[in-house]
Amino acid sequence: MIRIENLSKSFTLHNQGGTVIPVMAGAALTVARGECVGLTGPSGAGKSTLMRMVYGNYLAAGGRLFVGGLDVARAAPREIIALRRDTLGHVSQFLRVVPRVPTLDVVAEPLLTLGTPADQARERAAALLRRLNIPERLWGLSPTTFSGGEQQRVNIARGFAHAYPALLLDEPTASLDAANREVVLTLIAEAKARGAAILGIFHDEAARARVCDRLVDVAGFVPGAAA
Amino acid sequence: MTLMQTLGATGRPLLAVEGLTRHYGARVGCADVTFELWPGEVLGIVGESGSGKSTLLSCLAGHLRPDLGRIHYDGQDVLTLGETERRRLSRTDWAFVHQNPRDGLRMGVSAGGNVGERLMGVGARHYGRIRGQATDWLGRVEIAADRIDDRPSAFSGGMQQRLQIARNLVTSPRLVFMDEPTGGLDVSVQARLLDLLRGLVRDLGLSVIIVTHDLAVVRLLAHRLMVMKSGRVVEQGLTDQVLDDPQHAYTQLLVASVLQA
Amino acid sequence: MTAQDTDQAYNFAYLDEQTKRMIRRAILKAIAVPGYQVPFSSREMPMPYGWGTGGVQVTAACLTPEDRLKVIDQGADDTTNAVSIRRFFQRTAGVAVTEATAEATIIQTRHRIPEVPLTEGQILVYQVPIPEPLRFLEPRETETRKMHELEEYGLMHVKLYEDIARHGQIATAYAYPVKVEGRYVMDPSPIPKFDNPKLGDNPAIQLFGAGREQRIYALPPWTSVVSLDFDDHPFQASKAAHDCDLCGARDSYLDEVITDDQGGRMFVCSDTDFCAGRRARGMKGRLGADPGPPPPHPSPTRGEGGAMADGTMRDPDAPALPSARGEAAGVAGAARKDRS
Repeated sequence: MIRIENLSKSFTLHNQGGTVIPVMAGAALTVARGECVGLTGPSGAGKSTLMRMVYGNYLAAGGRLFVGGLDVARAAPREIIALRRDTLGHVSQFLRVVPRVPTLDVVAEPLLTLGTPADQARERAAALLRRLNIPERLWGLSPTTFSGGEQQRVNIARGFAHAYPALLLDEPTASLDAANREVVLTLIAEAKARGAAILGIFHDEAARARVCDRLVDVAGFVPGAAA
Repeated sequence: MTLMQTLGATGRPLLAVEGLTRHYGARVGCADVTFELWPGEVLGIVGESGSGKSTLLSCLAGHLRPDLGRIHYDGQDVLTLGETERRRLSRTDWAFVHQNPRDGLRMGVSAGGNVGERLMGVGARHYGRIRGQATDWLGRVEIAADRIDDRPSAFSGGMQQRLQIARNLVTSPRLVFMDEPTGGLDVSVQARLLDLLRGLVRDLGLSVIIVTHDLAVVRLLAHRLMVMKSGRVVEQGLTDQVLDDPQHAYTQLLVASVLQA
Repeated sequence: MTAQDTDQAYNFAYLDEQTKRMIRRAILKAIAVPGYQVPFSSREMPMPYGWGTGGVQVTAACLTPEDRLKVIDQGADDTTNAVSIRRFFQRTAGVAVTEATAEATIIQTRHRIPEVPLTEGQILVYQVPIPEPLRFLEPRETETRKMHELEEYGLMHVKLYEDIARHGQIATAYAYPVKVEGRYVMDPSPIPKFDNPKLGDNPAIQLFGAGREQRIYALPPWTSVVSLDFDDHPFQASKAAHDCDLCGARDSYLDEVITDDQGGRMFVCSDTDFCAGRRARGMKGRLGADPGPPPPHPSPTRGEGGAMADGTMRDPDAPALPSARGEAAGVAGAARKDRS
């Protein structure tokens, strides 16, 4: 489902004397359907960078990056838009929302974008929010005023609203208490069971151990590191 | 298939622009602009004053005649169309939302008349039905139905802007041009408007070209982004990619200059 | 009268021959494209703008020495404006004049169509203040010209929509816009909407002249003219729900006249010739049986003219014309003089 070959990335800071910072070289990994691969490595080694490249948020300098047959590194913007809509889900570390939109609609949005009838989309959103212990009285409010943990759970609900064949999870259990962490890990397990390919970053070792089938250390992709 | 998928399945772009150039005497308005727009896409054009984004928008919408280049809408060469055809296109398939709603509304006509005008312009002749559609659209842009007979001069700026949107969308255009639609509005009002626009884009499968200098607006609204400087496009791509991983020096400068609240 | 009886200081009908040629070309173009406003070079006339210069120029271009001219102002032959214009043409063209609609060959009118149906060979010349029907909604001339060129008339229905929204019905009572031959939207001049049905399929030639705005437009005979409306608010040619108090006519357009300070009023035909003709044939209305001194005829002009102290309206210099109302007023005036 996800296949990365010889991926490289560097940043050129034009406004700081044209400094070039190479951050990745020769990255390679695969994620099969129903598999969860965890990215490990020290802070700043490039875990989030790699994940952003898979999502198309960062441009690749070289190499190939296949998600379900589409080379994201070379794809046209509208192909990536279609990919993100139908195939590739993403739960980032931070919740970014349009102000004023109620939580229920935030979570339902991926389904609405796919053309799901509004009432069905909201039902599914409601079910997820219930599982993640967001009280119903909060569903009509914008999540911008919620606590960090609540925002994270809304983020996760949105990421799991649609049954994406591929999922990118960046610290999904951070800032969650034990009970909610359990819910999230169950959601991940369910996604795996239905055949989703998952790439994740988990600082929480216990969580990592629970859901990841393999681990890949991105330190090996830092330019200049020993192969 | 969903509406979005259906729209994306057509074989050609809704708008194909090639080498578009417009000068003002010796000064460059915009130069050598090339891009495609597909159904259901929102394209943001950002740049600072003098970047050429307004000139580009005017050329695309037919308000200015470009000096060079081609514009194809749905496979048709727009620049060789007769004026009758182009004006008809502007009234049915296209829409233009002005920065100042007063430029896009008839201030001396009631809200219902403003929304109904485009319907009457394409031959609607039943008062009851016209009024019904106008009421429906006022509801969609969150204007209370009992304000249908009020003049826009009695509306707040945000309401006027929403009325302008309703007036433009009532004939289900496929391509909407927007020139700084949230400029001049209070921040909270902007948020509401952006929210409304996102919903309409999604539900109606609109294609939108939005010109703005506000990066926060494009991040929320646009799928793709074009950055302009001195009349030229210096970078284009996915909105989040251009803003999070800018490649061009000017884009990097622009992104770094945005104040974080 | 012949051409030699004109005032020798003026060319026939006042305008020089080149000007008449120019106006006739504009008229021909207007007739060829019904409802389309043809620009023309309006001349300075010996009357100010707003007093019928357009109509006068069109009439002057059409007149021949054999014509018989009738001039009415809101239906009446004996108001100041009608009298002045008639005198003008008598002096400069020496043509015969009449008050009888059926006998006239050219009729110049301000804001009314005569009740007596017109016949083939007659010309009706309208005085037009603002020829552009879209002007009040779209002030730009460049835009309105485009709208006519491209048949973009949605805005016209916006005006009617606004009427219904504000008044519950189309409240436009005069200058009601029409569509000519299915193409051009036209302002028929400020005639009451009651007169609109007379515009279409008329055997006469109808010419419209706007002197200040410099436009001429026309309806050739037997032209299709449709008043604009909505499917669920159809056009209605309405008038006051009264009969004429003098002649009893049920279907003519009426003027409302206040007769005393207590608000008493009467309704009389706006078309004076029509009313006089009916009374001459013996028809009487509610007040027609009592031949007492009728009130002064209401002057619809701008404050000038109006009743004189002795109750007459006539300009003492004007040639004496048969006019039942005028005669009756004269009799009353003489009677009053005797009493004082």
